[in-house]
Amino acid sequence: MASYNLTTPISEETIRKLRVNDIIYITGTVFTARDEAHERALEWFHDKKELPIDPTGLCVFHCGPIVRKMDFGWEVVAAGPTTSTRMEMFEDKFIEAFNVRVIIGKGGMGAKTAAAMKKVGAVYGAFTGGAAVLAAKAIRRIINVEWLDLGMPEALWIMEVEKFGPLIVSIDSTGENLFERVHNNVEKNRERVYKLAGI
Amino acid sequence: MEASFLEDTVVTLLRLAVTDLPQDVSDGIKRAFNKEGNKTAKSQLKAILDNIELARKQATPICQDTGIQIFYITVGSKFPLLDQIPIILTRAVQKATKEIPLRPNTVNPILHKNPGDNAGLHIPWINWKVVEGTNLEITAFPKGGGSENVCQLEMLTPGQGLKGMKKFVIDSVIAAGAKPCPPTILGIGIGGGADICMKIAKEQLLRPIGQRHPNPNIAKIEKELFSAINQTGIGPMGLGGDTTILDVHIDVAMRHPASFPVGLAVQCWAARRATVVVTADGNVQFTSHKVE
Repeated sequence: MASYNLTTPISEETIRKLRVNDIIYITGTVFTARDEAHERALEWFHDKKELPIDPTGLCVFHCGPIVRKMDFGWEVVAAGPTTSTRMEMFEDKFIEAFNVRVIIGKGGMGAKTAAAMKKVGAVYGAFTGGAAVLAAKAIRRIINVEWLDLGMPEALWIMEVEKFGPLIVSIDSTGENLFERVHNNVEKNRERVYKLAGI
Repeated sequence: MEASFLEDTVVTLLRLAVTDLPQDVSDGIKRAFNKEGNKTAKSQLKAILDNIELARKQATPICQDTGIQIFYITVGSKFPLLDQIPIILTRAVQKATKEIPLRPNTVNPILHKNPGDNAGLHIPWINWKVVEGTNLEITAFPKGGGSENVCQLEMLTPGQGLKGMKKFVIDSVIAAGAKPCPPTILGIGIGGGADICMKIAKEQLLRPIGQRHPNPNIAKIEKELFSAINQTGIGPMGLGGDTTILDVHIDVAMRHPASFPVGLAVQCWAARRATVVVTADGNVQFTSHKVE
């Protein structure tokens, strides 16, 4: 269980060093993308249309923040992670299309994403769900927002972050998946839990 | 009483609800943190506790998902603004969305459009109870989508009965895994019918952590499920550990001889709720929070 400070753009070599249960902190550029932004990004990729940012080596944050428009620009009020499993249907293609290095979210992701992470060199970093004020504290500023027509939660918020974390590496580039480990352990416990409940 | 006065009171109520977690919930998480033996799990509970404190201090929303707005109201039939309550609550939600702010969370399912003000098409939703008297009690219950997505209904047969109910609850919690932001709180409704058991289940989430059902038979099942489910190993955020749930609350209604309906409502650790009592002459008392 090692701890790392990573600065974007992150290289494949750096990512390949990380292992499940390591803790990482990100400094640099992170952009949010939920269901609809994933869908649109992949459509644009298919149509050979360039994204509004260059995602290479950056981090994707599964997050629909609360932001507020101020005189100086946008202010982040609260920005915790959303459930990543909803993006499982897009993420493998997204990682392969855009070479992002860290997917930040909560709740973990599945085998398809883990396979893409192994192939391309990326990790999944779990941020504590609901800890939206802690997350907002590490966001220095909103660099830009794109696709605001999708609504505040679904838009592409491009953020400058400093020591954003702690993120628990829970899928690494060897294909190890901490959520799968926990899941297997829970399966082992299932019969005992039934008994304890008097079933 | 002016409608605008009640509207502003509800904005304050929503602000309290989304920024200041009830004491019984943060105490429950603290107890879990002290007992937790898994290192990663402890780090998650620590982050949660830090986040709660920070939100309270800064008066900013605890979680960015400030929910779809649901209210539980108990209103005296002689409360002066009785017939205006729906419009007042809607206006308060729209105002709170801008002022606090809340995340605009209402999406039209057909048009895929978000009006940006947290209102429209049955939302905010009001659960009504009309009683004798002149007071109005409002509970704001902003509940996030992650935990709502794993709520379940099971129409068991009477033969499957209580054992079937327990198995259904355990299986549902295991299937939900990390998704509802554990440690969660479970509300269980048994009996009535498909809609009734779900309604009862969700209402149980309004009960404080640690409160046992007055009926000892039901209290026993609550305790049994609580200990058993915390042995699954799911842990905070599904990263493994001893703390999967903070409490189980059950209530029952009579059932049809042919049915054994069970509703399971799941609440994330950010169990936000706030209650206010407003009298006919405009006295306001927040019963869930200490307000200066």
